[in-house]
Amino acid sequence: MSDELLLEVSGLTKDFAPVAFGRGPVVRAVQDVSFNIRRGEVVGLVGESGSGKTTIGRMVAQLVPPTSGSIHFDGVETTGLSRRELRRLHARVQYIFQDPFASLSPRMTIGEILTEGLDIQRIGSKSERIAKAAKALASVDLPPDAISRYPHEFSGGQRQRIGIARALTLAPELIVADEPVSALDVSIQAQIVNLLRDLQARLGLTMLFIAHDLAVVEYVADTVIVLYLGRIMEMAPSRKLYASPQHPYTRALLSAVPSPDPSERPNRQILKGDIPSPANPPSGCVFRTRCPVAVEACANIVPPLRETAKGHFKACIRDDLD
Amino acid sequence: MMSSTKTRSAGPIRRAMSRFLNNGAAVTGSAILIPILLLTLTYDLWWPYKPNDIDLLAMNQGPSSAHWLGSDGVGRDIMARLMQGGRISLLVATASMAVSTFIGFFIGAVAGFGGRLVDGATMRFVDLAMTLPPIIFLLVLASIVGSGIMPTIFVISLLSWPVLSRMVRARLLELRERDFVVASRGMGAGLWHLLVRHGLPNTIDILVVYATLQVANGILLEAGLSFLGLGVTPPEASWGNMLNAARATHVLENYPFQWMFPGAALVVTVLAINFVGDGLRDAFDPRSELK
Repeated sequence: MSDELLLEVSGLTKDFAPVAFGRGPVVRAVQDVSFNIRRGEVVGLVGESGSGKTTIGRMVAQLVPPTSGSIHFDGVETTGLSRRELRRLHARVQYIFQDPFASLSPRMTIGEILTEGLDIQRIGSKSERIAKAAKALASVDLPPDAISRYPHEFSGGQRQRIGIARALTLAPELIVADEPVSALDVSIQAQIVNLLRDLQARLGLTMLFIAHDLAVVEYVADTVIVLYLGRIMEMAPSRKLYASPQHPYTRALLSAVPSPDPSERPNRQILKGDIPSPANPPSGCVFRTRCPVAVEACANIVPPLRETAKGHFKACIRDDLD
Repeated sequence: MMSSTKTRSAGPIRRAMSRFLNNGAAVTGSAILIPILLLTLTYDLWWPYKPNDIDLLAMNQGPSSAHWLGSDGVGRDIMARLMQGGRISLLVATASMAVSTFIGFFIGAVAGFGGRLVDGATMRFVDLAMTLPPIIFLLVLASIVGSGIMPTIFVISLLSWPVLSRMVRARLLELRERDFVVASRGMGAGLWHLLVRHGLPNTIDILVVYATLQVANGILLEAGLSFLGLGVTPPEASWGNMLNAARATHVLENYPFQWMFPGAALVVTVLAINFVGDGLRDAFDPRSELK
């Protein structure tokens, strides 16, 4: 990992406009999110469903335009790029999808799927493209004869490998992995996570790893960002975050991680209720409606993300805990 | 490095074909349709009479060994006219099918992939085209552009595309949000790439079924137009204007072979095409594999 910043996100906000003729509430999917990713770093983005993690991933991959805020990739502002510049940027940021059954076209062979990006970017001759596809296939441990088969002939785990291989063919600098293992069987999850870790180490990939499973993130990520209702609650190097979580939300999440030791009786903090609707978020701190330590002031001010220890950020006004 | 031909497995199209071949009605339809096509396309090689040769010594004759299907009011051989008429009817139907499939796909594709504004504008235009009463539209158009083979093709094409463009648009709207299309955009794909690599292969079932049924529809529309005297004009033969020529009461009563054969040819051909179209629809429907 170098100190060079590959991705700088600041003040990122995404509102989804109401569908029906401009009436209805605006959904605030992501609000004022800022973070950086250094070259070679793996950043884990954790949150429950509806917390905006996929939307952030899609904005970073230039699949959805942000409502406001900026995304700098390798020092260049990415909003308002021309079509040609955007196409070149797309080659440098690749996306791995959650559902391996939806992310591969049923009408294309694996070879066609793996050369599609090279076709779009007009990289290399036809035989070079096939050679690159075969290389990507080998790097995810699939047999070379897979190249002439169709997706329906593969299992979920194999398909996810193909999805990873597709992301690798363009030799991207940043990979956005959107819950790459949550649709898979638990026994397969470990294989895919290990594969991603190996590839990351071998190719020096930079990765934004989105998940709702803290255990998986702990294993792959250097830095972890905890999201709640479109806002960052806590951000810290993963060892620090897991050893001494600062934010009450993170603590509740960590207390819910199952332990392999059955004699251990964890002191679970059960959060009551559901995540509020992003169409109508609570005032002040968005977490206050479910927070076990909320005080009156929490309803009045939006807690800023502050650095409380070196590299450890939290968005909570209560410093008097512990 | 790898032998791609040996291990290349059956693609979606090949699997659809095998389902088609297991469908009795569809195979029967093909078994009727293919001979009709062969006969109409090759008749001048083996049939001695020409469709417009007048033999005044053989007017209104019934079927005989010389004229298998008899002759019409000016002594033209009905077999030859039936074959030539089939050629023209199928030509008109096929050409208008090609034109309307192209227009329908293109407009549907623009609406489906072009974004909300383009979609709204295009679909209101399609709504407008769909609300026009077809027969009156046909009559007005035909009276503007005139009659003959090319105008008939034009008129039928212009009438038929809106249904297809709606189906294509609906499919593409759904497709646009699918992960593999998002992946393609994430690799930098432009509109053209999305349309050719994802839009076309994923609407091919709609297109094939529409095209097939549109040929049957085109034959009927052509027959209707020609029967009204607005389609293919005599002396050129078509199934519609053969029926038109035989509609006088005394012909209907006394010389049934003059209208029975073109009428039967029309019915049999349209039925066969519909069987094939239904078979193709089932073959492309992935749910039919579950049975």
